Amino acid sequence: MEKRVVFRSAWLPYVLLAPQLAITIIFFFWPAGQAVWYSFQLQDAFGLHSEFVGFDNFTALFRDPHYLESFKTTAVFSVAVAGSGIVISLLLAVMADRVVRGSVALLYKTVLIWPYAVAAAVAGVLWAFLFAPSIGIVTYMLKGMGVDWNWIIKGDQAMLLIIIASVWKQISYNFLFFLAGLQSIPKSLIEAAAIDGAGPTRRFWTIVLPLLSPTAFFLLVVNIVYAFFETFGVIDATTQGGPAQATQILVYKVYHDGVKSADIGGSSAQSVILMIIVVALTVIQFRYIERKVQY
Amino acid sequence: MVEKRPLLDFITHAVLIVGALLIAFPLYVAFVASTLSLEEIMSVPMPLLPGSHFIDNYSQVLFAGSTTGSKAAVLDMLINSTVMALAVPLGKTTISILSSFAIVYFRFPLRNFFFWMIFVTLMLPVEVRIIPTFKVMADLGLLNTYAGLTLPLIASATATFLFRQFFMTIPDELAEAARIDGAGPMRFFWDVVVPLSKTTMAALFVIQFIYGWNQYLWPLLITSDESMYTVVIGIKRMIVGGDAANEWNLIMATAMLAMLPPAAVVLLMQKWFVKGLVETEK
Repeated sequence: MEKRVVFRSAWLPYVLLAPQLAITIIFFFWPAGQAVWYSFQLQDAFGLHSEFVGFDNFTALFRDPHYLESFKTTAVFSVAVAGSGIVISLLLAVMADRVVRGSVALLYKTVLIWPYAVAAAVAGVLWAFLFAPSIGIVTYMLKGMGVDWNWIIKGDQAMLLIIIASVWKQISYNFLFFLAGLQSIPKSLIEAAAIDGAGPTRRFWTIVLPLLSPTAFFLLVVNIVYAFFETFGVIDATTQGGPAQATQILVYKVYHDGVKSADIGGSSAQSVILMIIVVALTVIQFRYIERKVQY
Repeated sequence: MVEKRPLLDFITHAVLIVGALLIAFPLYVAFVASTLSLEEIMSVPMPLLPGSHFIDNYSQVLFAGSTTGSKAAVLDMLINSTVMALAVPLGKTTISILSSFAIVYFRFPLRNFFFWMIFVTLMLPVEVRIIPTFKVMADLGLLNTYAGLTLPLIASATATFLFRQFFMTIPDELAEAARIDGAGPMRFFWDVVVPLSKTTMAALFVIQFIYGWNQYLWPLLITSDESMYTVVIGIKRMIVGGDAANEWNLIMATAMLAMLPPAAVVLLMQKWFVKGLVETEK
């Protein structure tokens, strides 16, 4: 896409671009370049001396069982967050689409989009409070049902806690996209199917769901990116990667190794691997967007 | 609705009510906890109806902070959060409306190169370049400053794309007419492009306000001084350890204060919010 009518100036466009380019170079390219540079360096504990070590930081990472474990943790976590988040919000959106009008619909919608405004770290604190081992109200209910709940020492329960908090926060986002997708499906299609005798369930599986699949796929990528990176606040405010690294996803390990253990080379190598993952996810997303444009 | 199905209507409302209750439950419990005394919360199970310590808890956190964790007053944190939540959308809007105007309305050498330079920043979230960005900020002397808090967050490809997409829909006739009337590019920018972009700006503002307000990792790294904490960081600093040691009544009061401004923006500007959300992702 190009404009037919353009203005002419030898210097003005550069002046207009300068602020954004300056910030982009200082805060994106410079640090990203340094991440790549550090990832090939080994620094001593005081940061006084460093030497070039080639791919040593990377090979050390892939020999480190904790790092491989962290990959597995991230996979479980992001599949659980993306999968359950999408299914729950699709259900809610399909239901909300049936009651489009009136103040009741507005009330439902208002409640359902509220969590979007809550910071990830705050969402973590809210759920940590509900599930607090000694005083939490949900812990109390679970105890009544005979469940021994203590996420501070049980890894799988800690994982469940961060999944619940992360999904809770992301439902609003998915819900709004599904609702917009549902409302763009032509009513005439649904009506035609109804006249032909297809009931609501049949219509959902044969018309609504296939037409929503681009939205669902888009949300899948967005949710995986969300689970990979933006859930940092949830984890830092609740489990901090524990117990015994049971909830240490990749991004948390970058932070932990770099900031808390001051292992600059190892942390930078992890950053570089994460960048490669983000690039891959972005490419997948843009492939899909191109298809959507043709469609 | 296509046909009448009383059973399905019943299920619909049942699902929505259960969903809404589950979503609202943590928010409700947080509100209740923020009105109780610490003893009341510690008596398992805690009451589920609001108590009488609303004013005590809120004035305590606003002006004095917690007693066991961080002692910074939440009022100062709210001011820091507000500065951040306003600076991020204003800065982003300003730099990206200018750069996309240059990219759409001019032909110049290296235009595509610059466009791609901005584009690839999409792929570098703060989380993946924590350590080097921190070092850069330290070298520039920007730790514990408002500039350090906001500048790295205002460079964004999404806003530039959004404006670019919108500019492509402005009819060419307008630019043509402006040129025939002898208006220069900046005159055209101020008198035509900016007024037409108001809707896009409003939508962008809502999304970016929430983004700025809710930032966590970045402020966590670059603020070590209590007077620069944002409210989201403040909550984290109030949590000191095991769950019996925390002053949950004060933490929940702070959480309520941290949630209200972005929630108010979302609810009051719901139309712009939905538009902004759906369009920034296109």
